Amino acid sequence: MPTKGEKDAISGTETTGHEWDGIKELNTPLPRWWLYVFYATIAWSVVWWILYPAIPGITDYSRGILGYDQRAELRETMATARAAQAEFLERIAAASLEEIHADPDLRSFAIAGGRTAFADNCATCHGLGGSGQAGGYPVLADDDWLWGGTLDDIHETIRYGIRHEPAETRVSEMPAFGALEMLTPDQISDVAEHVQSLSGMSVDAAAAERGATIYAENCAMCHGENGQGDRQLGAPRLDDQIWLYGGEKDDIVRQVTRPAHGVMPAWGDRLSPELVKMLTVYVHTLGGGE
Amino acid sequence: MDGGAFSGSRPVVGPDPAEAVRPRTVQRETPLYADRPRIYPKAVDGTMRRIKWALLGLLLGIYYFVPWLRWDRGPGAPDQAVLIDMPSRRAYFFWIEIWPQEVYYLAGLLILAALALFLATSLFGRVWCGYACPQTVWTDLFMWVERRIEGDRGARIRLDAAPLSVAKAFKKVSKHAAWLVIALFTGGAWIMYFNDAPTVVGELFTGQASTTVYFFVGLFTATTYLLAGWAREQVCTYMCPWPRIQGALLDENSLLVTYQTWRGEPRGKYRKNENWEGRGHCIDCRQCVAVCPTGIDIRDGLQLECIGCGLCIDACNEVMDKVGLPRSLITFDTEYNQTLRAAGKPPVYRLVRPRTIIYVVLIVLIASVMLWSLAARSTVDLNVLHERNPLFVTLSDGGIRNGYTIKILNKLREARDFTLTLDGPPAARMSIVGGPEDVTEATLAAGPDSVVTYQIHVRLPREAIAAETMPVTFEITDAARGETARHEAVFRAPEP
Repeated sequence: MPTKGEKDAISGTETTGHEWDGIKELNTPLPRWWLYVFYATIAWSVVWWILYPAIPGITDYSRGILGYDQRAELRETMATARAAQAEFLERIAAASLEEIHADPDLRSFAIAGGRTAFADNCATCHGLGGSGQAGGYPVLADDDWLWGGTLDDIHETIRYGIRHEPAETRVSEMPAFGALEMLTPDQISDVAEHVQSLSGMSVDAAAAERGATIYAENCAMCHGENGQGDRQLGAPRLDDQIWLYGGEKDDIVRQVTRPAHGVMPAWGDRLSPELVKMLTVYVHTLGGGE
Repeated sequence: MDGGAFSGSRPVVGPDPAEAVRPRTVQRETPLYADRPRIYPKAVDGTMRRIKWALLGLLLGIYYFVPWLRWDRGPGAPDQAVLIDMPSRRAYFFWIEIWPQEVYYLAGLLILAALALFLATSLFGRVWCGYACPQTVWTDLFMWVERRIEGDRGARIRLDAAPLSVAKAFKKVSKHAAWLVIALFTGGAWIMYFNDAPTVVGELFTGQASTTVYFFVGLFTATTYLLAGWAREQVCTYMCPWPRIQGALLDENSLLVTYQTWRGEPRGKYRKNENWEGRGHCIDCRQCVAVCPTGIDIRDGLQLECIGCGLCIDACNEVMDKVGLPRSLITFDTEYNQTLRAAGKPPVYRLVRPRTIIYVVLIVLIASVMLWSLAARSTVDLNVLHERNPLFVTLSDGGIRNGYTIKILNKLREARDFTLTLDGPPAARMSIVGGPEDVTEATLAAGPDSVVTYQIHVRLPREAIAAETMPVTFEITDAARGETARHEAVFRAPEP
């Protein structure tokens, strides 16, 4: 790179000697203090290296004499946040579910905490906001409950789970009418027609009538005479518009032949009692709380 | 960096046989980095100087005094007339209270300020730079202090050239001490716009103010001291974008600080009783250069460095009086008039030009919009957020339910009750979480000066579903004050 001075013909200003594709840079001197500011930033970076973690080693890194650590700062921030929550958590622990639900402060605290915990733990199956998933993951925002939608019902479900380990877990099983050959495929087809008729779908009337008898003998004990369901047994309502495993005839036939049973883990031994309460209140406010 | 060592001396290189043997770094005429030429502006008196003093007093007075103005807003509210309350997220200006989401008023104000600056510049050149810019005002104040302690131009040049002595050290130390005190007060006043002034002053001196307060006092003390004491005109020439922009705003009809070349040239020294025939009126006394705060020679014409303060006008008028010539060899004049005057024609002033008309129209337009929106400003606002997870919920009877989060902003300092009404398909009913269910109208409470949030569920029977998206409108009314806020939302449903 040439450093020889050269005058620009038009402006009479000297160039820096740098040239790019025939374009030459005029030399307009920077103030000297500008240069010193640049040196000062270099000096400052050295100070920074000494004060803060900076230089990587093989197994470790230079820690800096201030001993600054982002992880420690995070721990502190978290501890401060926890301390701020402590007062509310104590009140949550002491209060009944109804009290939490009735107190606007506790309720909004529980909903906020419940929403986060729900997203972390529950949304994988039940969807964000309790929107559910096809194939056996119930919508929690609707007004249809398998095991009940009161605060206490929801609390028990979350705490002990469904068909899970604790002795108190909610458990029920529908017999595999088809697989165990308790009903013939024709009978199952008829009963499916009848089940569809319970929620007002248009069906083959003759088949549905045949199915009605089969239903009364085999199904009504759990699902109710008119398909109103039984929450004690977790037997779903069959007379509404909400189908856990689908409402088409094929879906119903499959479910009667070889029923699918969902499992929900018990959260009582994974999450703190306060958090389970907060989740309960949150799920209750999704829209279906009773 | 190779030119650095020679920046002061500027060796002149010509076609010199010795050139070949010189180090390569010497072959450059202009250094890459320039030392700052020391500027010793001389004291001057005159019309421009007096206007400048008056404005300096007025502007500094406003700056230091405004935080102490009180304005009663009732109990629980700050009583400072002008206050930006960061922790509570409110800005107060006398009777106006601005919430964070209304920060567009600030944007509007800045746009107005920019347009006013454009207008002033296209009319009178860089009067902002010369008279009102904080950099100019504080630099002027610092120069005044400097003159008080070290003396005028000549004395300061001699002082700087003199070897270090007790007297010199004393003068320098007292100057910097005085500068620092002014800087401290500047920084101190700044934070009063963000804190209750009497409280924060007490806390400052008893050591109880927050770290933030001390940090910002320190920061503004340092910047004031450095910018007004040390950097001065370099802020204008190197840091400020305005000198570069102004070129686009000036035209041949802008009034600028102008040396009347046609009258002044050819310049030359003047001896008493000499004849003025055949020469210009400029006697080359260089008083215009001596008083210039940016150290330029106005006789070189319009320059980037000229801040348009007009102190050279005062200096030149003084000299013209002494030599018995008419004043205004340097004056505020337009480029166009200079050509007219040179040709011996009368000057024409055109203040009303398309450019200035556009600026005035824009200013009036934006100011009216802002005033109108301020006057029509509601003390209540409503935000509605449609729940997206799930977008809608199918209920056991086949009905469809949508969720909404509504936020009511109560900008009054009293608790209020609002009636929320739902306007949508006739069969639509809403339930408020923790409140009444299946209604079309509900009363919601909102605390004073706050935002309250409610969860709302709206349900619609299956038969009433007409489309995947149906409009619904939420409206809140404060019957007592007759105030209303509406928000249009949608109701989502599966395909009917």
